[in-house]
Amino acid sequence: MFSEELEKISWDASTEAIYAKTAADVERALGKERLEVDDFMALISPAAVPYLEPMAALSRNYTQQRFGKTISMFIPLYITNSCTNSCIYCGFQHNNPIPRVILTEKEIVDEYEAIKRLGPFENLLLVTGENPAAAGVDYIERALQLARPYFSNLQIEVMPLKAEEYERLTRSGLNGVICFQETYNRANYKTYHPRGMKSKFEWRVNGFDRMGQAGIHKIGMGVLIGLEDWRTDVTMMAHHLRYLQKHYWKTKYSVNFPRMRPSEGHFQPNVVMSDRELAQLTFAFRIFDHDVDISYSTRESASFRNHMATLGVTTMSAESKTEPGGYYTYPQALEQFAVNDNRTAVEVERDLRLLGREPVYKDWDQVFDR
Amino acid sequence: MKIQVNNKETEVPTGATVSLLAARFDLPDKGTAIAVNNRLVPHIRWDSYILVENDSVVIIKAACGG
Amino acid sequence: MEKLVIAGKEFASRLFLGTGKFNSNERMEEAILASGSEMVTVAMKRIDLDNRDDDMLAHIQHSHIQLLPNTSGVRNAEEAVFAAQMAREAFGTNWLKLEIHPDPRYLLPDPIETLKATEELVKAGFVVLPYCQADPVLCKRLEEAGAATVMPLGAPIGTNKGLQTREFLRIIIEQATVPVVVDAGIGAPSHAAEAMEMGASAVLVNTAIAVAGNPTEMARAFKLAVESGRMAYEAQLAASGFTAVASSPLTAFLND
Repeated sequence: MFSEELEKISWDASTEAIYAKTAADVERALGKERLEVDDFMALISPAAVPYLEPMAALSRNYTQQRFGKTISMFIPLYITNSCTNSCIYCGFQHNNPIPRVILTEKEIVDEYEAIKRLGPFENLLLVTGENPAAAGVDYIERALQLARPYFSNLQIEVMPLKAEEYERLTRSGLNGVICFQETYNRANYKTYHPRGMKSKFEWRVNGFDRMGQAGIHKIGMGVLIGLEDWRTDVTMMAHHLRYLQKHYWKTKYSVNFPRMRPSEGHFQPNVVMSDRELAQLTFAFRIFDHDVDISYSTRESASFRNHMATLGVTTMSAESKTEPGGYYTYPQALEQFAVNDNRTAVEVERDLRLLGREPVYKDWDQVFDR
Repeated sequence: MKIQVNNKETEVPTGATVSLLAARFDLPDKGTAIAVNNRLVPHIRWDSYILVENDSVVIIKAACGG
Repeated sequence: MEKLVIAGKEFASRLFLGTGKFNSNERMEEAILASGSEMVTVAMKRIDLDNRDDDMLAHIQHSHIQLLPNTSGVRNAEEAVFAAQMAREAFGTNWLKLEIHPDPRYLLPDPIETLKATEELVKAGFVVLPYCQADPVLCKRLEEAGAATVMPLGAPIGTNKGLQTREFLRIIIEQATVPVVVDAGIGAPSHAAEAMEMGASAVLVNTAIAVAGNPTEMARAFKLAVESGRMAYEAQLAASGFTAVASSPLTAFLND
């Protein structure tokens, strides 16, 4: 289990090592074809800032080599905002007095049909909070079953489950699981996640092992940028990715770097990441791993997403609603996070084509499901 | 009675044990192993293992190789 | 230099030696000692009842050396399991270099029988070091079957052609959770150093030392090459590929 590996990696020593990186370390990393986590640390360090241009060129080349000029499209659907956790940065946290919604089966299907009217989406990401009693595995399974006639690739972003639950959902059509560790800083984890199942660091971080053991086809990872020093946090994620790739080598991986903005909601981020820094991180991750999917959500602005679509990003959402039932049932409700790219799916597709990218909606068929 | 030792016909007294065979070939304790009819006979069973007519015995020892 | 650990046992030397093709047991022993190797392979043969030759075992038994019996000569998993049991009895060790080559010409390993035998032998309590093709998927499968290391080949046995499988070895090394020992094909100390610089955990050398003009000196040369390659790996090589780009067409948007 990864928690045991993580114990061997010191947070403070890693932070120190990142800030001690020099231009020589950066150049050594850029000259390598296969990078160690240590090289990645050089590329995200302040010492790499003057190297942004060659990093962008390398990142673009590796991305085109592996993915061609394609961008894989997906759309998220929140089916409930009911949650027993109290993550202090989240709009859906338990103590927040907002109306709670658990979509009914009919409402879920209405949402699917509304999504299909936006664009030819085939990759659906189902999102929930964490409320196993009211919206647990049975509920998620039902939503997957209802989705199968509409979408060819089904992913979930829900609470960490048991391996056998992942297996069960796979039998109901699940193809991928996204889960954000939020932060790998074990010491401070509980400050951000004071209650509920999410307060259990090991249960969450080892959830990825359980996904791997269950043979999940695709696993998405992420740290929430705004809690701890992002450089150290993504370094831990790089270690985690390498660990997972070694142990669950039949699985595909994607990474996400959701960043919090200062203006967003009641929680003010501890660290703010600039566009330059997010670009540096994106290039660094691509140079570190040529094959990993790098996903940008609509948290990022239209113009930033357009630029990054040619330089390293390989997966994007479009016209996302981040509230339950946001496409049809409850179009005006409260969002989990602020969307900064308000283009329609049609507009996103048009922009991508103008940039010489091919938006890919369908890259899987249920005929491949086991 | 006749038995095969490393594919070579060999005459041993009726009721001979593996130990007796090992003694006859002056086998050291370490570095050799004996199988009878393709089954290993561990050293500790050499004394009690009685050979019968037509048994096929394989005796191996260390050799050079990569 | 970091110590090599296989199945919980530590090794200071990352050079494994094969014992074939030396022109005398004495010269072999001298070369083994000069190499500093702590892992030496031993094969098995049927005793020739009429012609009792010198006992090679006496020349490789030293307290710092782990004997690694091999299954050379077997053609399938069943024969390999039998040979392994014989080896364990003869040499008093459960360590085993599993090699199954049905092909007498190039001695290429049979992946299917090797995987099958690994599964069985691990269950039977052996520490299995399988010799295999430089196939990354096969190496993962062997690892999952419980192999203590994987031993992919650099080139066909005895060819001295170096790391012909370089690109696949890179992937194997990148993915492995067990030590990767590059076996076969290493014909010169520079090949061994290259494997070590790439991050291989160890190399196994035989022909290149055994048939050298001076095997003892060559053994010493390999010892130094392996150490220097490993040291270079741990010290992190400077890169060769990076060239700076002058203009700024791709990231100008970040200056807005």
